[in-house]
Order: sequence, then C-alpha cells, then structure tokens
Amino acid sequence: MTEYKIINESGIEVKELYTQADVDSSGGVDMVGLPGEYPFTRGIHKEMYRKRPWTMRQYTGFANAKDTNERFHYLIENGQTGLNVAFDLPTQTGLDTDDPMATGEVGRVGMAVDTLRDFEIAFDGIDLEKITVSLTINGSAAILIAMYLAMAEKRGYDVAKLRGTAQNDILKEFIGRGTWIFPVEPSIKLVGDTIEYCARHAPKYSPVSVCGYHIRESGATPEQEMAYAFCIAKAYADDMLKRGLHIDEFAGRLSYNFNIFGNLFEQVAKFRAGRSLWAKIIKEEYGAQNPKSMWLRMIAAGGGGGLTIEQPENNIVRGAYYALISALSGAQTMALCCYDEAYTIPSEYAQRISLRTMQMLTQEMGMCETVDPLAGSYYVETMTNEMRKKMEDTMAEVEAEGGIVKMVSEGIIQSKVSAQAYDMQKNIQSGAFPKVGVNCYQTDEDENEVEFHPYDTRDADQQIENLNAVKAERDQAEVDRTLAQVKADALADRNVMPAIVEAVKAYATVGEITNKLVEVYGYYQEPIRF
Amino acid sequence: MNENKIRVLMGKPGLDGHDHGAKVVVRAMMDAGFEVIYTGLRKTPRQIAEAASNENVDVIGLSSMAGSHIPFCEKLKPLLREYDLEDKLWIIGGNVPTKDHAELKDFGLDAIFPTGTHFNDIIDYIKSRYRQLA
Repeated sequence: MTEYKIINESGIEVKELYTQADVDSSGGVDMVGLPGEYPFTRGIHKEMYRKRPWTMRQYTGFANAKDTNERFHYLIENGQTGLNVAFDLPTQTGLDTDDPMATGEVGRVGMAVDTLRDFEIAFDGIDLEKITVSLTINGSAAILIAMYLAMAEKRGYDVAKLRGTAQNDILKEFIGRGTWIFPVEPSIKLVGDTIEYCARHAPKYSPVSVCGYHIRESGATPEQEMAYAFCIAKAYADDMLKRGLHIDEFAGRLSYNFNIFGNLFEQVAKFRAGRSLWAKIIKEEYGAQNPKSMWLRMIAAGGGGGLTIEQPENNIVRGAYYALISALSGAQTMALCCYDEAYTIPSEYAQRISLRTMQMLTQEMGMCETVDPLAGSYYVETMTNEMRKKMEDTMAEVEAEGGIVKMVSEGIIQSKVSAQAYDMQKNIQSGAFPKVGVNCYQTDEDENEVEFHPYDTRDADQQIENLNAVKAERDQAEVDRTLAQVKADALADRNVMPAIVEAVKAYATVGEITNKLVEVYGYYQEPIRF
Repeated sequence: MNENKIRVLMGKPGLDGHDHGAKVVVRAMMDAGFEVIYTGLRKTPRQIAEAASNENVDVIGLSSMAGSHIPFCEKLKPLLREYDLEDKLWIIGGNVPTKDHAELKDFGLDAIFPTGTHFNDIIDYIKSRYRQLA
C-alpha cells in the first residue's frame, strides 16, 4: 500500500484499488439502472450516441452580424451541427452600441446586437430546423430570446415547433461571469417570465441552460459545481410552481451547461451521479410524472479554466481529453474550448481543430458504438455513489444556510468559491497542484505564438451607422407604444415577454428595452465580501 | 494613514465580468498585509480615478480579461492627472498580450502582470517600488 493519501478536488479519497466491496459499501448499484430509464445514471436515452452523436456546437461570434454569419456558414460547412452564439459585452449588459459605456467594447468578445435587424443578418441562410441555435446571453436574455423567436417567425417558422436554447441563467452570473443588470429578485422574475412564456408559446425551445460551468471557473469543486447548479435550477422551478405551472409543463425544457476540466474519472462520476440526483429531485421532490422532466440534458466539454497561456498547443490535447470525458459522460452537446481561447477569440483554424477533434471521437474512436462504457467499473461506480453523496450534502448545506438566492444575494457563495480559487492558485504556484507547462515541464520559448483576433474600431462605427439607419426607418410611434407597454407590464408585475416580443418586432433596441426595465427594477448592487 | 500599510485599489474596468483573477490577487495582497479596496465590476475610468482619490491609495491596480485595456487606460490617463494621482503606482494584470505592453507603458503604466504571474512577483514589485517612493 502507498503511504500517502490522494484526495480528489471534490474532497473524496482515491484508493489504490477498487473492488466490488467498495461498490457495495458506497451504496451498491441500486442507482445504476439502464440508459433511458429512471434514474438515468447511464444516460437519458436508451441508445445514446448510437442513434445520434452529440451536437457539435462551437462558441462563435464577433464584431458584427455579417462577419458572424460568415463564420456560422464556415462551421456548418465543416460539419458543425449546432450554433452557439457569442455576444459582445454591451449586448450582454443591455447597452446599445452608441452608449458611452460601450466605447471600446463593441464587437470585441462577440457579436454586437442592437435590434432585430442584427439577428436577421446573423442567421441569414441558416436552416433553423436543421441547425439548433444556442444564445449565450443572460442579463439581457429576455430581449434576445424575443428577438430569436421574432426573427424565426418572420422567416416563416412555426414558433411552436422551434428548437433552440438560451443560457439565461442569471443566478450564476452573480457568482461568476458577471453580466447581471437588475437586482437578484427581478432578475429571477425575468428568467421565470421567459420559462413561462416559452412553456405556453414555444414549448420546444429551451429557455434556460443552468450553468455549473462558470461556478466551477470561479473556484467551485466539481461536486459543488453540480450541487450549486441544482440549487439554482430549483430556485427557477420554485418560481414556476408559484406561478401555478406544473413541473411537467416546463422541467423538460430546462437544460444544463457543465465544465469538464480536472480528473477524468471524477468528472465522469460527477455527470453520472448528477444525472441520477437530478432525476430523483424532480421525481421525488417535485412529483414529476413525465420522464423527460427528469432528464439532465447537458452541454459539456468546455473548460477554459483548465487551459493554459503557457505552451498553447498543449491546449489542443487538453481539448481532446475534455471531449473524451464528455463523450464518456453522455453529454448531449459539446462546445469544445479552442487552443487559442486563453488568449483571444478563436481563429477559424483553431475552431476547425476542435471540430475535427470531436469528429475523430465519433468516426475513429468508437465513442458512439456502445452506451455508458465505463459502467460497471468498480472505481467509477464507487466514485459515482460518493460524488452523489457529496452533492446531496452540499445541497443540504445551502438549504441550511438559507438557500441559494439568499447566499448569492449576500455574496456568500461568491466569497466561498473565490477563497477556494485563491487556495488553488497558491497550490498551482507552489507546484502542489501540477499543471503541465505551468509549474512543471516549462519551456523558455517565447509563448506568444498565437495569432490574435484583430479588433477594428471601424466595425463599431459601422454598427452605430447601422443602428442609426434602423432607427430612421422604424415606426417611432410603434416603438414608443411597445416600450411603454414593457414598462407598464413590469410595473404591474405581469409577464413582460409578450410586450418585449412586440417591442423587438418594432425594432426597439436592446438598450431601450433594458432601460424601461431598469426604470422599474433598478440596477444590481454588487456585494463585496472577502 | 498607517505608514506601514500599503493601500491598493483593485479596479475592474469596463464591462468585463471575469473577476476570478482580480479577487484572487486581492486575497494575495491582503495576505501580504496590504490594505485593499476592491471596486467590484463595471467601473468607468472616472469611477476608478474617483475611488483611488477618495481612498487615498498608493497603488492603482486594474484587472482586464476581455481585451479593452488599451481604450480604457487611454481614458484613465488624463483622469489620473485631473485627480492628482500621477505619482501613484499604476499597474495592470490579466489577459494583456505582449504586443500591447509598449503602448500601455506609453500611457504611464508602471508594470504589467499577465495571466500566470506569481503573486510574489506582484507583491515584491509593489513593496520595492513603494519603498523607493516613500
């Protein structure tokens, strides 16, 4: 026996050897079951990738709608099966391109969107029935979901059959990522408005993708990542129940976004454990009848926190391992981090490598041939049981401390994960936590070999011109009327989505609609707590 | 003001919401015995200059992850003059590529600490410069 102890990031001891005795003492195989059957540990579908490989959906978007549209077509031509849209920070924080706060930020980290016109251009020529679109948008999600539905309707699609996803998980924005706009309570109310609206009008659309991903990036351990995400999803579900909806009316359209960096087996166990825990929560606590309500549908394979600035080509290999983990874990969708992503918006070349990485797994490595191939491993089954217990304990702790909404509002979760991030960084700097190319196997080479995505300020000027042109063309009376309705509905605490849909159809801007909501809800004040 | 305590403002400029790095560096500076004021997210150049002035700090630190460090620092530079903060140590950290370093130095940035910099390098730099200034 080795003398030293190995403890994984989730705080579980990893033994030298696992046998049936470990599986039995950790809880046995009662929760394993079969794929496509409750509690879904082995996968939400019976045939999984044999029937359909995961959706390949690289995160993309820059400068303006036209350039973004070109990259979308490039990725689709290269075999990508979904789109994952990146927006610039003004769009994400509800500002128009001509807002003084937007100077220097327009089109920098994603596509600039001011009005419905930008969506019409961005998705031009893309078959929205074949290619599902995911909008990575949170603070201003209600407006961008409305734009997506309005754009699809204008193009003749039946919104009732339209598929797609929005990230729209505002609670995690307060923990990490930070594109909040309104205070916590009205922010949750807005998420609820989108879920309720979609449940009634666009029942195939997934209005929320609850993100453990960014909580992990902010310093959470793998088990906390999933436990906190479940607490957040429950907060949205509870809001729906208060509105009088039944769990089966909306739970089937909730999806998840998880991180993947770290120990391979711990990650696979995390996903298998999480699938069964979520199914149990939805069935036992919420009384769902429809098995689809119990599915933990997820996008996974990102993991920016695991990538390194040092020796960037190593990130190609890390990405391949991430995709492998994701495939072994039964993810529905992958958005693989590109090797240059620690520096810049990925190049076409880097994105093609990521796509090819996933295609190698489906075409060459046999990842689609059999379901849940790691099942039955003494180690993986034991770890799955132990991860589930850890997650349950963490969720109970959150409850005991007053619930996730309270903890986020007071900055408690933020402080906790940031303290952990600090400890991790100290361990990386001391070498206690190995990171190849960073604290071991370093080279002296000049590392800036990555080509940077160019930023051209003329794009921002052009976007302002486009915005002015739309403003000159639109029916201002209709804009004023619909904006007044947005404010009236917010004041009366009605669902604001119908009014926002009308406003975007009238080409009201992201900033104009946001400002109407700010007049009612105010701005979030960040709690600073160390 | 306690002469032995170095006072640092850690600012998050612009719309970037990636505060992992800023918060981690704040903690490292606190552990090193500095007095640290963290602004929180989404601050304008004027808000950062005002905070630095009101808090009477010795060091103005910025954390930038989303690429807008050049336009931001360009706007902050005249405000540092306006608020009489030109003698303060002005540093930046985060996703700041080498190709931008010369331009930032021209604005008056004293030091740049790209992603991956060890805490000790930041802390030692501040301590040694502070001694020189004192």
